[in-house]
Amino acid sequence: MAMTDTNPDQTPAAMTVSDEVAIEINGMNKWYGQFHVLRDIDLTVQRGERIVICGPSGSGKSTLIRCINALEEHQQGNIVVDGVPLSSDLKNIDKIRSEVGMCFQHFNLFPHLTILENCTLAPIWVRKTPKKDAEETAMYFLEKVKIPDQANKYPGQLSGGQQQRVAIARSLCMRPRIMLFDEPTSALDPEMIKEVLDTMIQLAEEGMTMLCVTHEMGFARQVANRVIFMDAGQIVEQNEPEAFFNTPQNERTKLFLSQILGH
Amino acid sequence: MADTSSQSVAFVRTAEIPPSPPPVTESGAVKWVKENLFSGPFNTIMTLIGLFIVFWLLSGLIPWIVNGTWEGGDIRECREILQGSGGGCFAVISERWPQLLFGFQYPDYLRWRPAVAFLLLFLAVPPALFIMFLPRWTLVASAVYPFVAYWLIWGGTILAPIFAALGFIAGYMVFVRAEKLKGFVAGMAAGVLAAAVTWTVGGWIAGFGEDFLALETVESRAMGGFMLNMILGVVCVSLSIPLGIVLALGRQSRLPIVKGFCVVFIEFVRGVPLITLLFVANVVLAYFFPPNSNPDLIIRVIIMITMFSAAYIAEVIRGGLAALPKGQYEAADSLGLDYPQAMRLIILPQALKISIPGIVNVAVGLFKDTTLVSVISMFDLVGMIRGPILSSTDWTGVYWELWAFACVLFFVVCYGISQYSQWLERYLRTDHR
Repeated sequence: MAMTDTNPDQTPAAMTVSDEVAIEINGMNKWYGQFHVLRDIDLTVQRGERIVICGPSGSGKSTLIRCINALEEHQQGNIVVDGVPLSSDLKNIDKIRSEVGMCFQHFNLFPHLTILENCTLAPIWVRKTPKKDAEETAMYFLEKVKIPDQANKYPGQLSGGQQQRVAIARSLCMRPRIMLFDEPTSALDPEMIKEVLDTMIQLAEEGMTMLCVTHEMGFARQVANRVIFMDAGQIVEQNEPEAFFNTPQNERTKLFLSQILGH
Repeated sequence: MADTSSQSVAFVRTAEIPPSPPPVTESGAVKWVKENLFSGPFNTIMTLIGLFIVFWLLSGLIPWIVNGTWEGGDIRECREILQGSGGGCFAVISERWPQLLFGFQYPDYLRWRPAVAFLLLFLAVPPALFIMFLPRWTLVASAVYPFVAYWLIWGGTILAPIFAALGFIAGYMVFVRAEKLKGFVAGMAAGVLAAAVTWTVGGWIAGFGEDFLALETVESRAMGGFMLNMILGVVCVSLSIPLGIVLALGRQSRLPIVKGFCVVFIEFVRGVPLITLLFVANVVLAYFFPPNSNPDLIIRVIIMITMFSAAYIAEVIRGGLAALPKGQYEAADSLGLDYPQAMRLIILPQALKISIPGIVNVAVGLFKDTTLVSVISMFDLVGMIRGPILSSTDWTGVYWELWAFACVLFFVVCYGISQYSQWLERYLRTDHR
């Protein structure tokens, strides 16, 4: 495990956070029909920051990060990712998507392609990387997530944890500057959660800007430098993990934490 | 260990249980027969009834085939030879097979041309169907085939099919260039324009070189027999699948005009009997073409059958698209693939795989429906049998042999398609669900 030699009490701020802004969200609102899912979201993410977003189901946390790479449309407000404003301009959207990696709850690997093909597809077609280079890169990242020997299998032959690690490798092959994780471990068996979290921790240590919707509070304590609590489409509270978990201020935060940490 | 449940709850395994083979049951043919055919009084009776039916069918069929005669110039000679032995009068097939296969108007000294075209089909089809085992360049054979086949069957100067092919090549090359610069839609428009220009200029040049490497021309009217079914079947299947894909994607489009057009087209064509469309092709369609251009009947029929089956295929593919989890679209989007890439690389390969049984269903149905052209006085296999052959004084009344022959021809092709699709499904099964 990557973190065994790191003192867990040491604040993860030791991992570099720069002043450069990676994502800026201003006054963002989103509705599903009449339903107001995201209300007046303001959020600035520095490069190298690792943010964990938590909250009860239906609070809009997944919707929030899905707005960042335009999988969901927002109706009001501005989102600027890596200096590129997110508008309805398809060119900007494709540019942002190729710079922002995303991992899903259900992995969403392409079942008709091998693991290697899953990883090389986007670099070859979007980045126009020569096939050989793309395969080298893919093998490099597959080694990094510790499954190079599965490269020629199909996703259906792998366990859930392995599939999620492939999904991470697939995103990394595009050399993203930001990674979004949408509940990456919630569809996994307990014994597989750790292998995925280890991969994510390793990624964090390398300075990747990460936004992570998760209920893994251990992960939040260990690597996050900010925890955001959302409820009913609003950011209710955000703080450094220590303070967030030890001295939550808002009543709803306290209730939520007592429910998920209570057992 | 035996008393774990009765005495104590605590239990610690000390010895591993090694895996062992399943119990050996009695096996063999006798057991199978006992279990499947005679497992009880009811099943025994059913088995006996079944055996009787099989016996009854074969006792009629086998003498009919074995005692049948392949010689004799007409039905009277045939009856003399048979002497009431109950055999079939297959002489009609040995005497009329060229008409059954090529129609009665195709010049007999030119029949080698469609025959060669048919044989070449066996070179052209494998690359398209089994490309996974063949080098990519073999696809050239499939691409060139339609033009060669046209030249062989219809004749005329070779310039016509060459310019037709050049039009496609020019269109494709312009499309590739323009797509990079201006995007998919502009690329498409430029490609179509380039193809149209090539065809116009080519048609003009071919007009001067009418005798250049020319084969004797055969009119479309002369096409008939099983050849006509094969032409319509092969052309319409290969055109309606891509058209069906386009319609299915169009129906999902966010652009109201595209979506509206596709919905109206599909619903209209599906709501109308094919025979009606064929009558329209026969009589009405000529009004819609520019004056002085009177596209021949086969082209009009091809357009109608293609539209008809494309609408069905579009709905089959829409089912396949709907069966894909939304996550596949999202994953493709999140990697930065644009719409054509996502469709081509991620969505369609999976959706088409799901749709294979449905598409093959439509394709087989389409192939058999080509016999409907006999109602608009085209002499395909069925038209030949019903018309010139059965109504001739030589062979009137020889029903079984002729229709059995038609059945065998259609069955061979349709069964082949069905077997291919089942194999393809097995080959593409990579999801390991």
